[in-house]
Amino acid sequence: MEDKLIRLTVNGRDEAVIIQPLATLQDVLRDTLELTAVKSGCGQGGCGSCSVLVDGELRLSCLTLAERAEGAEVTTLEGLNATNAIVPLQQAFVENYAAQCGYCTAGMVMAAKALLDRNPAPSRDEIVEGLSGNLCRCTGFAPIVRAVQQAAQALSDTGEEAS
Amino acid sequence: MAKVRGTGFAAVNYPTGMHLGGDPTQSLIHMTPAGDFVVTMASVDLGQGLRTVLAQIAAETLGVPYESIVVETADTDTGPHCTGTFASRTTHRAGNAVVMAAQEARKAMLEVAGELLEASPEDLETDGDGNIHIKGVAERSVSVGEVAGAAHFGYGKTIAGRGAYLKPPSPMDPETGECDPDSTQAHACTIVEVEVDTETGMVEVLDMKSVYEVGQQVNPDLVKGQIVGGSWMGIGHALYETTAPGYPAIDPAPVDFQNYLQPGASEMPEVTCEVLEYPAESGPYGGKGVGEMVTNGPIPAIVNAINNALDVRITQIPVTPEVILRALDEKRAQAGG
Ligand code: FES
Ligand code: FES
Repeated sequence: MEDKLIRLTVNGRDEAVIIQPLATLQDVLRDTLELTAVKSGCGQGGCGSCSVLVDGELRLSCLTLAERAEGAEVTTLEGLNATNAIVPLQQAFVENYAAQCGYCTAGMVMAAKALLDRNPAPSRDEIVEGLSGNLCRCTGFAPIVRAVQQAAQALSDTGEEAS
Repeated sequence: MAKVRGTGFAAVNYPTGMHLGGDPTQSLIHMTPAGDFVVTMASVDLGQGLRTVLAQIAAETLGVPYESIVVETADTDTGPHCTGTFASRTTHRAGNAVVMAAQEARKAMLEVAGELLEASPEDLETDGDGNIHIKGVAERSVSVGEVAGAAHFGYGKTIAGRGAYLKPPSPMDPETGECDPDSTQAHACTIVEVEVDTETGMVEVLDMKSVYEVGQQVNPDLVKGQIVGGSWMGIGHALYETTAPGYPAIDPAPVDFQNYLQPGASEMPEVTCEVLEYPAESGPYGGKGVGEMVTNGPIPAIVNAINNALDVRITQIPVTPEVILRALDEKRAQAGG
């Protein structure tokens, strides 16, 4: 197998990258494009810290072959605030002390965004379900669930999108 | 076969830091030309908020705004010595070192301000908003920024301070074993209600209520974050997490998150906590340590609640469904035999 050129859109920018055989989307995002909000907690689908959106769907970038993202629109945490302004979902994480070491945070925010994009007014159980693929070793989850509840409320008050 | 409920509690005395060999931490603070203060530490912020807490302590002692403090942590090659982030010690040890360094830096700052204002440093006070003025005469004032400029470019002086906190080792009385083993102790009590399914052995933690005594809270939101996070860790250790069979087997443990079970958001009960504040004499602004003890109470409280629910005596963790079903089998066998 040989190196290969693929094209994809990342955070609204067209990118052409050369990938090695079996490279993951995580490799491309973290190592080639230096989007280090994409974390690597386990590299095997167990922690959710590498969560990104691929064509609007929540994906574990460590389990996604880069080749499969050819032509796709990929969004990482960096893509949420292209203007450098913190978006309401991030603001809710800040206000609820929903990050301690912060290693899970980028993946949590992406999972929460995916949830709120398809269900802007989730119940507590739906939030818990929506975050069930993401581990946190620090916060005890309660502040994170509260942050997503607050973000959902803020969005319904303003009628905006999650980001 | 049924679902049965039980209640358990546990109480903790938790010493802050160690004493053997002294357990020291040092701090250096210097003022920049812009009038900010850099607090240099080798202490590590694990996410508990140490940098926030040290910035609060430095700002309070220097008498300058919180926003003007920059805390540089965690370079053990170049930073002043810190024994480490463990034993719930850093707020107390590093905090005390920062108080000492900030006192010295404040003194240097007021000396320069005194020259600018033609007043004795003892007659000056800070307003906490970035100004220094003569006591009782608010108009005779200079900004901290002006002091920084004058020190750097006028007088050629550093505005800096050093702090070293060291609790000396306490010798042990060979007869009685008596010694002074810690600087201060925090206290806690946790009460837990569980529901146990006697058919599957599954345990649900329904409710967890704790009361903590942690000295003066330097930052109550961060203290709460530690307590809620620690409650989750306690549930994990009590019910799920294990690297068994462990030593001496060499290929034991689960090696990935699929096999190393831990609770998720759905396993978290509502955690209620009350915090009592009895400032510690030895603490920076009365603070004690809170980080590690928050896991220690929930674990025995959960095991006690399970024992209470089932009328058994389980003494190991984690209390997995297998442990529960075996305990119930044993109880039945004893009743039958
Ligand atoms: S790094 Fe992808 S799930 Fe852990
Ligand atoms: S904040 Fe540390 S893992 Fe979630």
